[in-house]
Amino acid sequence: MKLYDYVLSGNCYKIRLFAALLGIPYETVAVDLYPGKEQTRPAFLRLNPAGTLPVLQDGDLTLTDSSAILTYLARRHDPTGQWCPQDPELLAQLVGWLSFADDLTRTSGAARLHAIFKKPIDSVAAQKGAHALLRRLELHLCDQEFDDSSFLLGKAPTIADIACFPYVALAPDGGVELDGYAAVQRWIYAIRKLDGFLPMPGIHPLHEHPDKPLPEGLNARLEA
Amino acid sequence: MINEIALNDWYPVAMASELKPGCRLNRVLMEREIQISNDGDKTHAFEGSRVLPLQIRYDHVWTSLGAPARPLFEIPEGEQDGRRLVACGRVHVRCSPLRAVENFLDIAHFPYVHTGILGAEDHPEVERYDVEIDDEKDEVWARQVKFFQPQAAKSAEGGIMADYMYRVPAPTTSILYKTCPARVGEWDIITLFVQPVSETTCDVWPWMALYDDETPFNDLVQFQQTIFMQDRSILENQIPALLPLDPKMETPTRADLTSIAYRRWLKRRRMFYGAQTIAA
Ligand SMILES: N[C@@H](CCC(=O)N[C@@H](CS)C(=O)NCC(=O)O)C(=O)O
Ligand SMILES: [Fe+2]
Repeated sequence: MKLYDYVLSGNCYKIRLFAALLGIPYETVAVDLYPGKEQTRPAFLRLNPAGTLPVLQDGDLTLTDSSAILTYLARRHDPTGQWCPQDPELLAQLVGWLSFADDLTRTSGAARLHAIFKKPIDSVAAQKGAHALLRRLELHLCDQEFDDSSFLLGKAPTIADIACFPYVALAPDGGVELDGYAAVQRWIYAIRKLDGFLPMPGIHPLHEHPDKPLPEGLNARLEA
Repeated sequence: MINEIALNDWYPVAMASELKPGCRLNRVLMEREIQISNDGDKTHAFEGSRVLPLQIRYDHVWTSLGAPARPLFEIPEGEQDGRRLVACGRVHVRCSPLRAVENFLDIAHFPYVHTGILGAEDHPEVERYDVEIDDEKDEVWARQVKFFQPQAAKSAEGGIMADYMYRVPAPTTSILYKTCPARVGEWDIITLFVQPVSETTCDVWPWMALYDDETPFNDLVQFQQTIFMQDRSILENQIPALLPLDPKMETPTRADLTSIAYRRWLKRRRMFYGAQTIAA
């Protein structure tokens, strides 16, 4: 199995994270999204006419959307069905969250690309959009906590959590601070605590020695 | 405040590879808008109608808003045959340009910020090393730096004790000489070229000159982007945003030797753009 990957892409990270949690082996092909804009070149467009990452190839199958890839990997590699439940009500909710995840890419993800690479977009509108989504997420997660559930669909994580996680946790990269969203921060922590969790630049692993203080000057972004 | 010292230095403003014939780039250098253009023959830099000095070195375009007092620093090793030259593009950071350089010089953060790559939480110790301000060259040097690294470079297989030298040849440039996993006895070169956009924002242009014929180019770029994006999340949260140069404001616990020498050298050169010189 081959993942066309860019290390700073939140959508690629969804796949890397999920594969790590499930212990699925794969190779990566690094695509130079920035600064090379390799996704706009003919060779890449033949692979994915949409010109986006991630792309997953498994045998003859090529998948070009992160939610599609997560669904495929869950169905193929998770015999328990935990990560992509079959129950009609849960499955419907899950699909709703996958769509929510795309809204996060368009808002929080876009604000981040503007902040890091100066991608010319209306970043104020993107940040406002991200906050609107974070408020909805916060309310939902508060409700979940009343039911003793740490994750979007219940007590166990699903691919809904994996799809929404990157552009929530990376929001501060784009100037969207998470200070006011306590339940969201607890949810981020719960995901970072999962067995086999894989970090990405801007999303730190939990400290191996939480008892030992960090050197002064290193800040909240590592602790949170 | 932009003083003469800051004004008269050279700064990176583009990758040489971006300047396709006919293209025109808008940049902000120390709060002033400048243009870089290529007329198919040559590259030019302007502020309005004023022509700015320009040179292309180390895969980047360098310019100055003033009259550069000294030539651009030399990196002789970087121009040796057989090295892969890797320009990584630009990353915008909301921090003082001087803080971006200082963070690059400080190894103590490796185990916590670059966990599992440039440092390990179980090996946080920084052994003593030598730091000097080289008066003749007017540069800061740190030598004999040794640090345990789980993955010192993209080409490294397993953890090693990496040897480092740090060199600051200009206030907004930091050069790292590092154990080269692929060629014993040589140093890999990793630099941060920093373009001050304002006193509290900068564009960082990482550049590397490596002996590594194996690793695909994209993997080299993305290894460096990984490291720098880990730093970015820390840099954007530093308080105060400006780099404190008043000794009364120095936090003793974070007294990294190279940082102290760097701050002292900035003060001596009167490079205050991006610095806080009076206690707030
Ligand atoms: N719906 C797609 C969106 C993927 C997407 O936007 N990917 C970004 C990287 S995170 C990309 O490839 N951008 C390239 C471009 O916009 O030119 C998915 O979830 O896979
Ligand atoms: Fe760092």
